[in-house]
Amino acid sequence: MSTAATTTSDVQTVFVPSPETLGAVLAPGARPPRPSAWSASVTFGWRAMLKIKHVPEQLFDVTAFPIIMTLMFTYLFGGAIAGSTDAYLQFFLPGIMVTSVVMITMYTGIGLNTDIEKGVFDRFRTLPVWRPSALVGMIFGDVLRYILAALVILGVGLILGFRPDGGVMGVVAGIGLLVVFSFAFSWVWTMFGLILRSEKSVMGVSMLVLFPLTFLSNVFVEPSTMPGWLQAFVKVNPITHLVDAIRSVMAGSPDASSIMWTLMWSAGFVVVFGFLTMYRYNRR
Amino acid sequence: MSDRSTGHAIEAEGLVKTFGKTRALDGIDLRVPAGSVYGLLGPNGAGKTTAVRVLATLTRPDGGSARVFGHDVLREANAVRSKVSMTGQYASVDEDLTGLENLVLLARLLGHRKPAARARAEELLAAFGLTDATDRQVKKYSGGMRRRIDIAASILNTPELLFLDEPTTGLDPRSRSQVWEIIRSVVGHGTTVLLTTQYLDEADRLASRIAVVDHGKVIAEGTPGELKSSIGSGTVHVRLRDAGARPKALSVLSLALGTAVEPDADPVSLTARVDGSDFEASTQAARALSELAAAGIVVDDFSLGQPSLDEVFLALTDAVPAASAASAASASASAEMETAR
Ligand SMILES: Nc1ncnc2c1ncn2[C@@H]1O[C@H](COP(=O)(O)OP(=O)(O)OP(=O)(O)O)[C@@H](O)[C@H]1O
Ligand SMILES: [Mg+2]
Repeated sequence: MSTAATTTSDVQTVFVPSPETLGAVLAPGARPPRPSAWSASVTFGWRAMLKIKHVPEQLFDVTAFPIIMTLMFTYLFGGAIAGSTDAYLQFFLPGIMVTSVVMITMYTGIGLNTDIEKGVFDRFRTLPVWRPSALVGMIFGDVLRYILAALVILGVGLILGFRPDGGVMGVVAGIGLLVVFSFAFSWVWTMFGLILRSEKSVMGVSMLVLFPLTFLSNVFVEPSTMPGWLQAFVKVNPITHLVDAIRSVMAGSPDASSIMWTLMWSAGFVVVFGFLTMYRYNRR
Repeated sequence: MSDRSTGHAIEAEGLVKTFGKTRALDGIDLRVPAGSVYGLLGPNGAGKTTAVRVLATLTRPDGGSARVFGHDVLREANAVRSKVSMTGQYASVDEDLTGLENLVLLARLLGHRKPAARARAEELLAAFGLTDATDRQVKKYSGGMRRRIDIAASILNTPELLFLDEPTTGLDPRSRSQVWEIIRSVVGHGTTVLLTTQYLDEADRLASRIAVVDHGKVIAEGTPGELKSSIGSGTVHVRLRDAGARPKALSVLSLALGTAVEPDADPVSLTARVDGSDFEASTQAARALSELAAAGIVVDDFSLGQPSLDEVFLALTDAVPAASAASAASASASAEMETAR
């Protein structure tokens, strides 16, 4: 057998390790100090952005899905519930924005689950960085998707005739509240992403949680038309508080109580599910 | 620091890890001296990956304890993490990202500022022959290139202990020898390497000590030479000119040596194990050679040597089918190696 027989096809890339160059890169340089928790999280957020850059198809979920939801429900319920689609839209747009974005949060769990399957997380977990930063950074990337989805829905709404009285400030504040809540709610999915075995089961559980949570709320209709037991659930549903809060700020008359409830729920999700997530993350 | 006093990179006692009914680790003890390559050798499912994951703080053991440079892997996990790097058996960089992006990402996470991170990444890509693939997604890399970027990602900060989990499985002979060269350089710079492998020739070439692992237990430990001499004094290999003479040679040899003689896969070769002291072995071998000549059998090659690690491995492990598959693979790989050089 000649040497040529074992040569790989692309001859120009044949690599001959040289002790000198390897030696130069191995010489221990000064070790930089450990990055701060914030800087590590932002770096992981940058990774999420790079992944969007390389796999832009993933943005389909956050653009097409919200557009379809908005159009579908506006024309489906508009006439029946409010008499006209135009009137319904003023009530409905903040709600559908919440529904769509909260539904998109489940991709956090699915993404984490597939990411962990692949083994990159093993390397992240052997790095001496603030432990939650890999997950926080991942959710930072997702927050970008939430903002994008919210803006897409706002755009569709404005075209269809949504005219918020709160003006630009009101809309920005509303989207801000939505992003804060979604960031917090994402921790529910990181937990499931770590506990459940496959991407499919994460998806299944997400649907099981998300459908009742978003539909049994004040998103589509006023709760006063519902039976008492359902009203009781709707009243404590965090989605109801969030929708109330966003409606109020977008309408230019902020409702302190629902805003406070929204922020409390958000803090609760981060504390409880953040803790459960990190417990699982450290013990895998 | 106790790593200075004991000189051990790893000390593990009685590590146990179970997955359901599987005892992946069934009481593993390890003492890895600092500054050398330590081989963890074992067939599929032996528990090599599990052992490495426990030592790299990725998996919590169910029993036993382990220290890396004196730091407990459970109680001082962050101290361990700042000293070790791990190249996993499977993808350990992000396949969607380019080579450069992966290295910059990890360099940033190790605390390098942006320009320094980029400079370090480019320097490593160049040293590992990946300059042309800088802006290519890792999923489009060849197997050998992937292994190199995996290892490059592990030495962004030169670690004190590097775990390499089967770094050459599935690589062609050229890529294997490249990885070996890299491992030698890494050790040459004072890093301790814990190398897992199924290939005996790899452990033989690189490791200064080897632990043979099977069913979650260390079944033998020592230098390659100690392991070889532990199972008998030597092996006689004979290669004949003419395959037709093999049956006759077989009977002549078994008479002269007084042991079982095995025909090899190669139709002109025979192997026999000789027991007894080194002196007895060599006199027996000498007698065997002269009797072959007396019988008119032409011998092209005759050697008396220590048993190969393959034979040690077969003698030690009861998982015969898995072990012989592994040794056959390593034998053919090493044969190719010679021609590739
Ligand atoms: N996460 C897991 N869940 C269930 N069983 C596991 C898990 N990890 C390992 N095992 C089992 O533990 C045993 C040891 O596995 P391990 O991966 O450590 O072996 P290995 O020596 O690395 O093998 P290979 O050479 O195939 O990589 C195997 O029987 C394996 O099936
Ligand atoms: Mg393994």
